[in-house]
Amino acid sequence: MSVRAKILTAIQQIAKEQQVTLPPLTDDLSLHETGFDSLAFAILVARLEDDLGSDPFTISEDAAFPHTVGDFVRAYENVPA
Amino acid sequence: MSPREIFALRDYLGPEKKGRTLSDPRHVVSLTDILSLSCLGGRARELSGRNVLLAISDQLRSGIAMIEIDGVARRMLLCPPDLNPAHLKALIEDAGIDAVVTDTPEAWTDCGIALVIAAQLPLVPAEVAPSERATEWLMLTSGTSGVPKIVGHTLEGLSGAIVAEGPSRGPAPVWATFYDIRRYGGLQIFLRAVIGGGSLVLSEPGEALADHVARLNARGVTHISGTPSHWRKLLMSGAAAQFDPRYVRLSGEIADQAVLDGLKAAFPDASVGHAYASTEAGVGFAVNDGLEGFPAGMIGQNRNGVEMKIVDGSLRIRSRRTAHAYIGRNAAPLTDADGFVDTGDMVELRGDRYHFVGRRGGIINIGGLKVHPEEIEAVINRHADVRMSRAKSRRSPITGGIVVADVILADGTDAAREKEIRDQIMTQCRAQLASHKVPAVIRFVPTLDVTPAGKLARTDA
Repeated sequence: MSVRAKILTAIQQIAKEQQVTLPPLTDDLSLHETGFDSLAFAILVARLEDDLGSDPFTISEDAAFPHTVGDFVRAYENVPA
Repeated sequence: MSPREIFALRDYLGPEKKGRTLSDPRHVVSLTDILSLSCLGGRARELSGRNVLLAISDQLRSGIAMIEIDGVARRMLLCPPDLNPAHLKALIEDAGIDAVVTDTPEAWTDCGIALVIAAQLPLVPAEVAPSERATEWLMLTSGTSGVPKIVGHTLEGLSGAIVAEGPSRGPAPVWATFYDIRRYGGLQIFLRAVIGGGSLVLSEPGEALADHVARLNARGVTHISGTPSHWRKLLMSGAAAQFDPRYVRLSGEIADQAVLDGLKAAFPDASVGHAYASTEAGVGFAVNDGLEGFPAGMIGQNRNGVEMKIVDGSLRIRSRRTAHAYIGRNAAPLTDADGFVDTGDMVELRGDRYHFVGRRGGIINIGGLKVHPEEIEAVINRHADVRMSRAKSRRSPITGGIVVADVILADGTDAAREKEIRDQIMTQCRAQLASHKVPAVIRFVPTLDVTPAGKLARTDA
């Protein structure tokens, strides 16, 4: 499974757990519009750290939290192996 | 105090109660023999009026020495085996120690303490020292990372709950405990055996659980105590199947419904009780109805000399079984102005019972909200495939912290079912806990660390 597919699967799993109805997950969808609150994002980042082995938002001090789903996925894709 | 009011441990070893023993894997000692035999080379009298440090590697000699020293020394400080040697100097100063009883006298030659007495086996014939005074028993608190606090007790206070219950009915009990007898929970069982007319089978560090249980069986153990973590380990080991005690006791940690039910299922013929006790507050009460928590009616009234109240969510206890003081130069007061000990154990009223939710000092901070890990663990432990769990906080770049849980599954759980079980635990947690308390991540692990005091290790708490 690609990094992108893993991220989208994790988002859908958490949406199900948190009973959030997701709009279609397009790259330009703003994270705000996903309906996720900060707890849901914290869960997502923690699970992705375990699954992908990295947390791009803690590693880099200057990393701003992304605005869109596309930015979020790229933050993980751009982590040096 | 007039001499006739002094009672010491040796006064419970009357010759009419022969056949009682104190044993470990290597030795069996007759308790009655301690009236005429000594592990101190007959030198107990030299400890008269002294402040004695009891620093012996094994529990057997420690127990015999306690009997020999009680009623003779002014003070006796019990060192548990996991005591950090770096803390000894401060403890010796705070307790005014002027004598050491040890199985390694050579290690104490340069310590500046003039009187060092060797504790040895086999026992040698000796005349029993007379009981001269009510020796002060000093114990150390567990669970703190710095120098442990010294807590002062009397034998009368330590044995208050035992004397209140009276002698056990039926055949003399053979006690065992997973605790070390130099910890409060273990000392209670040692005293129960000595004062209540029974025997005691000691635990042995490093002994495989199956070997330990085989030894408990061989010695005919009928009554046994430990922490919920001790008991969960036994239930996980499979060794419980060969064991058939009459009385099973839990203390030292929160006994949740899952562990109580697990023990009732494993030992259908035994009575299962959980007791509330701490080094500072002494024995508060025992609950024998098989349910977690305790009836709300126990709060606010004096029951067998124990009064309890709840202030700011924490349980406070006043009784003659509490310790009388912290000992040392900078010792804080042990009780409030009314004589109540604040246990630091937080309780919550649900229906007509109070439930323990965790330690005040063990709260984890999740996005600014306070969470007791024990409360989350109790929910996770209710899943039939879960044996033990630990909830803790994990740093999060978004909320500051989130809850994660490590879970041990029951033996033989199919790894293919992990996802299903994880989903079920999540569903259970979401139904019963506020959303910030629901674990974000559940990991299945083979083991969880337990401290030498028998409690689930919470290094991050």
